[in-house]
Amino acid sequence: MEFLRPAGWEEALAAKAEYPDAVPLAGGTDLMVELNFGHRRPERLLDLGRIAELKEWETDGDSVRLGAGVPYTRIMEGLRRELPGLALASHTVASPQIRHRGGVGGNLGTASPAGDAHPALLAAGAEVEAVSARGTRLIPIDDFYLGPKRNALAPDELIRAVRVRRADGPQQYAKVGTRNAMVIAVCAFGLALHPQTRSVRTGIGSAAPTPVRAREAEEFLGGVLEEERCWESGRVVPPAAARHFADLCAAACSPIDDVRGTAAYRRRAVGVLARRTLGWAWEEYRGSARATEGAA
Amino acid sequence: MSGLTDPRGTSGLTDPRGTSGVTGRRPAPVIPGVRSELGPPGPLAGLPTRFARRAGNAGGVGESVLRPDGVLKVTGEFAFSSDLWHEHMLWGHLLRSTVAHAEILSVDVSEALATPGVHAVLTYDDLPTEVRHYGLEIQDTPVLAHGRIRHHGEPIAAVAADHPEIARRAAAKIKVEYRELPLITDEASATAPDAVLIHEDRTDHHAPHVPHPNVVHRQPIVRGDVEEAAARADFVVRGEYEFGMQDQAFLGPESGMAVPAEDGGVDLYVATQWLHADLRQIAPVLGLPEDKVRMTLAGVGGAFGGREDLSMQIHACLLALRTGRPVKMVFNRYESFFGHVHRHPARLVYEHGATKDGKLTHVRARIVLDGGAYASSSPAVVGNAASLGVGPYEVDAVEVEALALYTNNPPCGAMRGFGAVQACFAYEAQMDRLADAVGMDRVEFRQRNAMTQGSVLPTGQVVDAPAPVAELLRRVKELPLPEERPWETGTGAVDVRALPGGLSNTSHGEGVVRGVGYAVGIKNVGFSEGFDDYSTARVRLEAAGGEAVASVHTAMAEVGQGGVTVHAQIARTELGVSQVTIHPADTRVGSAGSTSASRQTYVTGGAVKRACELVRERVLELGRARFGATRPGWPADGSPDELRLEGGEVVAADGTVLASLAEILGDEAVEVETEWRHRPTEPFHRHTGQGDGHVQYSFAAHRAVVDVDVELGLVKVVELACAQDVGKAVNPLAVVGQIQGGSTQGLGVALMEEIVVDRATGLVRNPSFTDYLIPTILDTPPMPVEVLELADDNAPYGLRGAGEAPTLSSTPAILAAVRAATGRDLRRAPVRPEHLTDG
Repeated sequence: MEFLRPAGWEEALAAKAEYPDAVPLAGGTDLMVELNFGHRRPERLLDLGRIAELKEWETDGDSVRLGAGVPYTRIMEGLRRELPGLALASHTVASPQIRHRGGVGGNLGTASPAGDAHPALLAAGAEVEAVSARGTRLIPIDDFYLGPKRNALAPDELIRAVRVRRADGPQQYAKVGTRNAMVIAVCAFGLALHPQTRSVRTGIGSAAPTPVRAREAEEFLGGVLEEERCWESGRVVPPAAARHFADLCAAACSPIDDVRGTAAYRRRAVGVLARRTLGWAWEEYRGSARATEGAA
Repeated sequence: MSGLTDPRGTSGLTDPRGTSGVTGRRPAPVIPGVRSELGPPGPLAGLPTRFARRAGNAGGVGESVLRPDGVLKVTGEFAFSSDLWHEHMLWGHLLRSTVAHAEILSVDVSEALATPGVHAVLTYDDLPTEVRHYGLEIQDTPVLAHGRIRHHGEPIAAVAADHPEIARRAAAKIKVEYRELPLITDEASATAPDAVLIHEDRTDHHAPHVPHPNVVHRQPIVRGDVEEAAARADFVVRGEYEFGMQDQAFLGPESGMAVPAEDGGVDLYVATQWLHADLRQIAPVLGLPEDKVRMTLAGVGGAFGGREDLSMQIHACLLALRTGRPVKMVFNRYESFFGHVHRHPARLVYEHGATKDGKLTHVRARIVLDGGAYASSSPAVVGNAASLGVGPYEVDAVEVEALALYTNNPPCGAMRGFGAVQACFAYEAQMDRLADAVGMDRVEFRQRNAMTQGSVLPTGQVVDAPAPVAELLRRVKELPLPEERPWETGTGAVDVRALPGGLSNTSHGEGVVRGVGYAVGIKNVGFSEGFDDYSTARVRLEAAGGEAVASVHTAMAEVGQGGVTVHAQIARTELGVSQVTIHPADTRVGSAGSTSASRQTYVTGGAVKRACELVRERVLELGRARFGATRPGWPADGSPDELRLEGGEVVAADGTVLASLAEILGDEAVEVETEWRHRPTEPFHRHTGQGDGHVQYSFAAHRAVVDVDVELGLVKVVELACAQDVGKAVNPLAVVGQIQGGSTQGLGVALMEEIVVDRATGLVRNPSFTDYLIPTILDTPPMPVEVLELADDNAPYGLRGAGEAPTLSSTPAILAAVRAATGRDLRRAPVRPEHLTDG
């Protein structure tokens, strides 16, 4: 195995251009497990550990450019206000040790439906900054996930950052696992209210071949909020509408039975999480939300 | 020390006599395998003050002396068996089967053998003698598969190479041709008339008595007239229960190193639970006399029963003898799931009856344990499940049948609780349901039927030591209950860490319902059914630097239970010295039996105590010979009982110091090696199960308080209180640690721990810590512990084996609490979120 260790970003892009089969190594929290289990034996690894700018973020007006290698710990600590959904998701990632190493670039690169960051990125409407020696393109998150562990990156591209609009409204994130910490998601749900565009976005993890949005649910709820003039009045979402929203979110899943849980349970749980997170986010929007200690 | 080095050159730890020269990577005083001094305990920094008590000789029995390996393990400095290193060593690796049941048509190792860096590839045909099988009770396990695969992950070939990755890749080049056979997965398929026999031509001593060759062993227990008693019952409850396959999940994977010796023998350094039982199984396969297989215990990272059976011992020795090089083997976590036996999954059917005033009339039970492909300790597990299957209750009419199957599932054997765990889960669920039927409080119903000292067990054995079952229940019930809705901070904010789901943020209080449950259990201590269960201890007393120092040498496997601490405490108490050296555990001293069955403090502790008493007698004889004539106060001949050994001196009853031990000993050393046995037991009658089969009983009761998110099926155990009688807390802090650890292992199987085997293929679906979940610290609740010390006069210091009882009742108490919260009739452990939300 060849171990490529570029000192800077340009060098990394050149290496990836020369060796498109080189597997990028960032925090290593997914890849090293694969290597240790012998599931993968790549010819080349491309270690991005020396590239400092990947571990930085910039805020510019109303958006955040989050370096692909910013560890979850720093997202939790530093971006709670700007990216509240992602910060909540970061809390649920594995253990403190893993959160010190892993970042969203790895989650996106692996593109597992169980990646903890995906539902938050979908709900926030992020863009993936994919860069190659040929240039830079911004891939909307909705177009990024192509299949189980398949994404829209070209072979010579690396993930430089994700660009996420600074939250313009409350965001929530919840994840179900069979124990109370350090667990791979049985299912997960992200929700973001976007008062500026008067829209609601969602993200569902571990309940379909890829991370998905519940578009029908979003449109239904958006319509109800508009019709009932809830955005202006801050009125309570009608309970029947919240229930229907939850049902539509559950219906957006196409889960499987596996060793972590059954398809039926996943669908049911996504519905419960959708109803609850909507309640919390809307309460916060109405200005009477209770703070959440311990979490983000 | 020849050739044994530290890879970083930092070790500096050697055996002063050069006989146990394996060193760890890092300095690690007082571990098995490294000789070191156990000095008197220093200040007990960081300990709850109630543990820091002293009496008699400092650092003696009854004190919370700190374990010498504790800090090292927490800081990562302890040298485990996987840290062993030898210059010029090779790495061993096993090729394991990828199918569960098949005929092996061919094994082609040529490509593997031709791989550069590979030194040996061994298959069944390369085994050096006619002894090619091993096993704890029945020698049915092939060292390497021969013609047939009986379970997923069975070893087929062993490879030795310069580097572990070379060994792994070479193993992957071995071509095995299988012809798959139909799977035996449960009782119906195992005992069908045309069932494939897992083991043909059985010759073991159980074989003539089993109802079907795919039944390893069957034990009935019959007492009283159940028909008549059932007719008297005002209430009868029947239930079927299922218990999943739990893994010991010890953190240090199977590992060790075999070093070939110039005399043709081999030195084996390994993490195990019983050196001498390993030795008896290893030597015949190697074709060596036992004295040419010299075993030393290496640092053990937990056991819980999973190291009773051999794992890599024989393979490493074979490869070392074949190559003439030291061979190290370390399983990774994936392989570890195939490298040891698990807890038997079980199906249990119970019928309980009671009169309307709440007295049990009868119990009928049928317990079917899945032993998997090889026998391991299944027969003894069956004996336990049967004889303890009714629980700590007085019942005059009992019909119990327990049996273990041979199937193509992973082999199952010893794990903490050993057959008593599965039964306790079922009978305690039954006790709740029966109490409800009678209309009595569940705890009161248990107390009304609780056994006491003098009660007769279903086996006819009289419980002749304290059995404070009702008192243990009273104690856990009277503990204050934890506060309700602990996530409410009072400021309107929510602390999600106090909720089911924790920081996964699944609830801010919605759907959360509290439940409380109780359970109590009974576990035997020591080996049962007539087994000659003894331990050996060698104790030496000599003067060094003007002070008497003791050394204790046993073959006891220190697997984390704290035995080395306890042995030093016993030596201090019995010999009145402060300096005690614990010699590495090895086979140069007689057997110490297994570190299992909650027996080590009782039996090897008993042997150390006895050896110390004999040393004391000789020292006093020596003292009388030296000073009896010149110093007043020595008893003329007999009655040495009046003399005490304290603070390194011989003290008369009136407090007069007669002599120091150092001056009595002078240049002489007093050394005694002795065997010690607990009182004998007898086998259970084959048809009635009657017999004084057990040595001692251990009792614990739990109260579990849970919060359940009933919409998501997520459970948070809020508190898990335990009361246990330990007879005598030889080391109170260690006792609390055992109780909390055992309770946590019971929590794990209540809520998450299960090896999942695919029914269609027989393959293990979750052999990793990603999908085999064990409780994290965030799943582990506060665990108040009430320790009773009612002495058992048959045991040293009155002690009672403590390690297993807390594992039993923890699981049913949590299940009872979850039932209370959800109103669901849960019949299976572990309970999963979908079980709490479906329908």
